[in-house]
Amino acid sequence: MEWAWVIIGSALGGMARYGVSGAVARRIGETFPWGTLVVNVSGSFVIGLFGALVATGGALGGARMVGAFVMTGLCGGYTTFSSFSLQTLNLARDGEWPRALANIVASTALCLLAVWAGFALAALIPGG
Amino acid sequence: MRLLCPHPPLPRSRIFGSSMNPLAAYLVIGLGSALGGVARYGCGALAATLWPVAFPWMTILINILGSFVIGLFATLTGPDGRLLVGTLWRQFVMVGICGGYTTFSAFSLETVVLLRAGRPLAAGGNVLLSMALCLLAVWFGHRLARRLNQ
Repeated sequence: MEWAWVIIGSALGGMARYGVSGAVARRIGETFPWGTLVVNVSGSFVIGLFGALVATGGALGGARMVGAFVMTGLCGGYTTFSSFSLQTLNLARDGEWPRALANIVASTALCLLAVWAGFALAALIPGG
Repeated sequence: MRLLCPHPPLPRSRIFGSSMNPLAAYLVIGLGSALGGVARYGCGALAATLWPVAFPWMTILINILGSFVIGLFATLTGPDGRLLVGTLWRQFVMVGICGGYTTFSAFSLETVVLLRAGRPLAAGGNVLLSMALCLLAVWFGHRLARRLNQ
């Protein structure tokens, strides 16, 4: 049954990624992969939150279907490493080395912070 | 003449052109992402039986493979590419399959888990390996496609 939740979640996550990153790109512009950055950071926050909640002892402790749907499915389909890699490569190929490096550093730092923030929020939830 | 690609060559920063039909784009991306997600889930299950160690090596491999494929496909089907496919195919493979298969959230979560477990070297190693190997992979995919395009 977990498979079914992964499939549904991943499909929804991918579509959400397309919508969000497209909207961000249209808003901010495409000289830097802001869309992917926004998607990866927000997805990392959600996986941090639910990762803490479904962990043993968390408010949703042991809820495997929730984990399959939200974490493996939604967050896994929503966030992307491949687009990040390709966009970093393209920045480098265009000679935009500072931006390429900034993409790497910012993506890593902000996503790790986002996970940590998700953990912190989970700790505020009763039972979490 | 590019019969199947109705758009003018896109600047490199704009990888994913807009489809004529937005709904079709969402559908193929949803389908591709579902496929990628299930493949990722399967790899994860395989890893748990093959080599269940407390280090996210399978996530690294997944992201490497996905990065390689997107690099390869992007250049194969790009402006100077040998493979003529419409925008929907590019969206299906790149945004859908590769996007659904690879994951930044699991990478981030696994790194933080390592940090919280008091294993900063493992966490740093995960970051360095993921970044270096995935960027190398996307570059290799691109170079291979360049070779195939000639």
